[in-house]
Formats: sequence, structure tokens, C-alpha cells
Amino acid sequence: MLTFTIRRVLATVLVMFVITVVVFVIFFKTPGVDPARAIAGRNPSAQVLQEIRAQFGLDKPLPVQYGLMMKSIFISRDLVSYSNQGVKVVPEIAAATPATLSLVFGAAIIWVVLAIAIGVAAALLRGTLFDPLLMVLALIGVSAPVFWVGQVANMVTQGGLHSTFLFSWVPPLGYTSFTQSPLLWFKGLVIPWITLSILYIGLYGRVLRANILETQNEDFVRTARAKGITERQVLLRHTLRTSMITFVSLFGLDFGALVAGGALLTEVVFGIHGVGYLTYQALANLDLPTIMATVIYGAFFIVLANAVVDIGYAWLDPRIRPT
Amino acid sequence: MATLLEQAEVGPGPTSADLGRNPWALAGRRLRRNRIALAAGGLFLLIVLLCLAAPLYAHDVAHVNPFVPNLNGTTVVNGKVVPVMRQGGGTLHLGETPIGPTWDLSHYFLGADSTGRDIASLLLYGGRSSLLVGIGSAVLCCLAATVVALIAGFFGGWVDTLLSRLMDVIWAFPVYLLAISLATELLTHSGGFQFGPLHISATSLWTPTVIIAFIYVPYVYRPVRGQVLSVVKKEFVEASIAQGAGNLRLIFSEILPNVVSTVIVLFPLMVATTILTESALSFLSVGVQPPNVSWGTMIQDGTSLLYTRPWDSLAPGIMILLTVLSLNVLGDGVRDALDPRAKVRVEG
Repeated sequence: MLTFTIRRVLATVLVMFVITVVVFVIFFKTPGVDPARAIAGRNPSAQVLQEIRAQFGLDKPLPVQYGLMMKSIFISRDLVSYSNQGVKVVPEIAAATPATLSLVFGAAIIWVVLAIAIGVAAALLRGTLFDPLLMVLALIGVSAPVFWVGQVANMVTQGGLHSTFLFSWVPPLGYTSFTQSPLLWFKGLVIPWITLSILYIGLYGRVLRANILETQNEDFVRTARAKGITERQVLLRHTLRTSMITFVSLFGLDFGALVAGGALLTEVVFGIHGVGYLTYQALANLDLPTIMATVIYGAFFIVLANAVVDIGYAWLDPRIRPT
Repeated sequence: MATLLEQAEVGPGPTSADLGRNPWALAGRRLRRNRIALAAGGLFLLIVLLCLAAPLYAHDVAHVNPFVPNLNGTTVVNGKVVPVMRQGGGTLHLGETPIGPTWDLSHYFLGADSTGRDIASLLLYGGRSSLLVGIGSAVLCCLAATVVALIAGFFGGWVDTLLSRLMDVIWAFPVYLLAISLATELLTHSGGFQFGPLHISATSLWTPTVIIAFIYVPYVYRPVRGQVLSVVKKEFVEASIAQGAGNLRLIFSEILPNVVSTVIVLFPLMVATTILTESALSFLSVGVQPPNVSWGTMIQDGTSLLYTRPWDSLAPGIMILLTVLSLNVLGDGVRDALDPRAKVRVEG
């Protein structure tokens, strides 16, 4: 287990290094693109360009340029957004993180609970009309663009029906931090949570249903039935438990991806000022330093999440540990 | 190679007619029996045909040029001439509401967008861009991934390690953030992207196509490489080696035909994914660039009219939903037909 952990950590560090190299190549070495001009944003002055060339050592050898980029992102953390009046990028990202976490955590709770309910129901009711109906609904959820679902949700809750009793409780678009007002925080996030979870409810429900159907024919399920425990216990303690393996590993990856910027579209549609929204604003201003930093932090988060999932897995299930 | 015995064990009713048929014919028959998948395929084809007919509709039915803003124009509703943009608010056209749906195919069927352009015509033209970028990037992506997977799986050793780690790195990026980084980097330069003799103009549809193809290569690469690895060790490859076949011959006539089905299974699902990605990028204004429109840019345009003219974003959203849904259902059907014994399946 220890060797596995060490090897996994080393691999993670290596992947992180290569990620930074890829980002460096995208932002500093795209053929035909002058990095100073790209970083400076719209209509830069000659002085700003000069400053950037000096800060990132653009006239120096490649390894030095790479080192300077890494220093400004991780060590001195003084990467400055030129399009946004010299705001420091890294603290901005840190400040935006709680909003993203609030959104993703809430949505995750909804989609895990509902997906388990739907997956189990569909598997148990196989052969009835309920099963294909649930699966079609799930497929529709997977096929709808999340930002459009958000817009339709806004249309309904902020538009004509807002004045009726149905949706008068929905506050205007935006994010209120939990420390400011827990009630407003919750009210404002309910619709975004539902919107974000729609895609995953369908996906996870389908995966779980398939896994349950596959597990139901395993020998150990037959053994469990043979020893005379109730169907309910067979389902909860044997079938469902084994079927959850794929579910859990998918969840780890998707959750990581969402926190790392995947929730961008939902944040934009609902005006939640999280990390994704920050990236969106940076896009509008062609603010490359901010995008550069969010991409690196996002990718690091995903790589870390993957490593944690893998190590957790190996700890749970010794068969996975490679020797 | 699936022997007849194996087929007999699991195949759906091995009739005498199955004997001696090639696997493609069998798969084709299984697909033809799947009515839902066929209906989905039909729906997708219908959408494609409608979008191809965009110029016909715009020119001969709606009589508009949907690429020209129409702030001062008029149209006919119930026999009366009305302005396309309501409430003449001075020369700047501020605070004007475009006309809503008239449900009259020849006069602004779905209303006008924020610059007075005909939504129904734009919807068809937008579909062309969305489908073109979606299908184009899926083709590019599958091609690139297959080539890389063939090289990695066939040569193995350090080549495989290097390529697989590279794919891991690309896949480690948040998909949308990677696409956004590439897009902004390319779009900051109106001159476009120069790579050797290749030149891609920034506003060209190629920009989103190439970006979307690139970010999904690892996703296709993994299953295809797995398939290559399982084929490389088979006896018929050994037999071919014993006959003195060279590397190219081994790759193209022995291995490739045996991994093509994996790629075909992935393809419709990839088109569904790339169409969704295109719409998201266009919605964020880093996808399809003006003067081109796509369903994503239309939804973005509809944001400002969300509460007054909901059809501006409802219509393109419904089109995306129908297209992607039909592709997903068709993709499921294709997978069930080509790979009836698949271990990893979403549908049981």
C-alpha cells in the first residue's frame, strides 16, 4: 500500500509538471502569437508591453521564461491582470472558491440521492413501463445543454411566474455568501443546484441501473438469497454495495472537474461569482493571466482528486493495487 | 475472433441464417430491428436536411437575408404592416423589442432576434454551423485518436508509455477551461493561427472545430488503444507476421479493421458531445464567431431578451436538445448492434 501511494504521488507530481509545461506552451509559445501582446489584453500601451516582457523574461531562454511564469503563479503569487486594473489574480481565485464549492456540493447531494433512487427504481421495475420512461427522462437530461436549462429555469422563476406564489421566494440572480445570510444563500442556490444536477441524475441513474442488473446475476447475490435474508437486505447489503463501485469513481472525477471550472456555465447563467464566472469575465476582457491561473489551478485540482480517488480505491479494494 | 461456438452461447437466437454471415451484416440487421434507434436516426437526418435547406427557406419562403440586421424593416402580421422592431426609440434603437413569433412561415415565424433578424432562418443557418463544427470535430477527433492509438498500441514499449501519458495530461485539464484557453489565445489575434503552411483565420469555423477535436482526443484514444492492445496479441496477427507482412500492412489490414467497430460505436456519441461543447463555447462567445451563427450564439443573443422574447433562446435550445438526444439514442442502438456482448454498457 505504501509503495502504491508513493508511486501514485510521484506520478501525480510528474503530471502536474507536464500540465504547467503545456500551459506555458499554449500561452507563451503558440506559433505566430506575441505573448506580451496577448497577456496585455486590449490596446496595450508600449510601456505595459515593456513591463510584461521584463516580468516574464520574454527575451531570455525558454527555461528562464518557464521559471518566471511558475514563480508568478505559485511562489510570489503576484500574477497581475492587466485588463482588470492590475488586480492580483491568485487571491481573486481564492476569494471566488467558496461560491463554486457551495454550488457544486449542493448539486452533488441532489444528484447522488436522486440518481440512486432512480437507478434502483428502474432496475427493480425492469419490464414495467416505468423503466424505459425513467431512462428516456435520464437521456433527455444528458442531452440538454446546461446553460440553456439554466436560462429556461430563469425564464420560469424570474419571468412571468415570479410574481405568483410559486416562485416569489426566488431571490434575484446572484450569489449571497453563507456568512452573510444563510437563508438567502440557500434560496439563491436552489434553482442552480437543480439545474446543475439534472445532467448527472440521468447519467448516474443509467450507470447504476446497468451495474445493478449486472450484479444481480452474480453468485454472491444468489448465495445471499439462499441463506434466507430478505430481498431488501440482499439489495442494500449485497447488490447495491457492489454496484456503487463505478458510481463512486465516476463521482470523484466529476466532482473534481466541476469544482475545477466545469460549473462555469451554470455560474454564468445564474450570476454566481465563483471560479468559473471569474474565467468568464476574464474571457470578455481577454484577460489571459486570469485564464492561465484558473486553468493551472483547475487542472491541479483534478489531478489531485484523481490521485485521492485512486489511493482511496486501492485502500478499499486490495485487488486494484498493482504490484 | 468470435467463433461460432461463442456466438451460439450468447448471441440473440443463433438461427441457421446467421451462419456464414459477416459480422457487419449481422450488426446491420440488429440495428434495423431496433425501431427506437432507427426513429432517432431518422430524426437526426431530418434535422440535417432542414438545416441544409436553410438558403431555400430564407430566400424563397421567408424572403429575408438573416445575416443583415433589420432594425428599420417591416413585416406583415394578419394582413397589417408592422415594424420588426417595436417602439421606435430614436435613431440608436435602444430599448426596442423585436417582433415576437407570428407563427406565419413567410413572415418572421419565430419572431426576430435582438438586431431584427429572422430567428427561423437563423435557426436553420445556425444548425449548419453547429452540425458542421460538431460532425467535423468528431471526425477529426476520432481520426487523430485512432492514429495515435494504433501507433501506441502497435509499437508498445516507451512509445505507448509516452503517448498514453501525454493523453493523460490533456485529459487532466478541465475540458471547458482548456478549450477556452486555446480559443482566447487564438482569438486575441485577428490574423488567425499560422502553423507551417496551414493558416486558420480566427473567425473561421475551423477554429472551434480544431479546438473541440483536440480536447476530446484522449477520450476516444483510451478505448481504441485498449482494443488495439487486445488485437495485437491475437493469432491472426502472428500468422500475418509469419507470412512476412510489414508494419504498415499489419496495422492497416490486420489491426485497423478490428478496431474500426470501436470507433464507429463511439462516433455518434462523440458528435452529441461535440455539438454540446460547441454550443457551450459559442454561448461563452469563444466558439463560432460572427458573421457565422450557431445555436449556441443564438442562445447567447436570447439572454438579453429572455423575459420578453423567450423564443430567441428557446428555439435553438430545443434544436440542440433534439439533435443531441437523437444522436444519443442512435449511438446506444449502434453500440448494441455492433457490440451486443459489451461488458461496459450503460443500458442493461
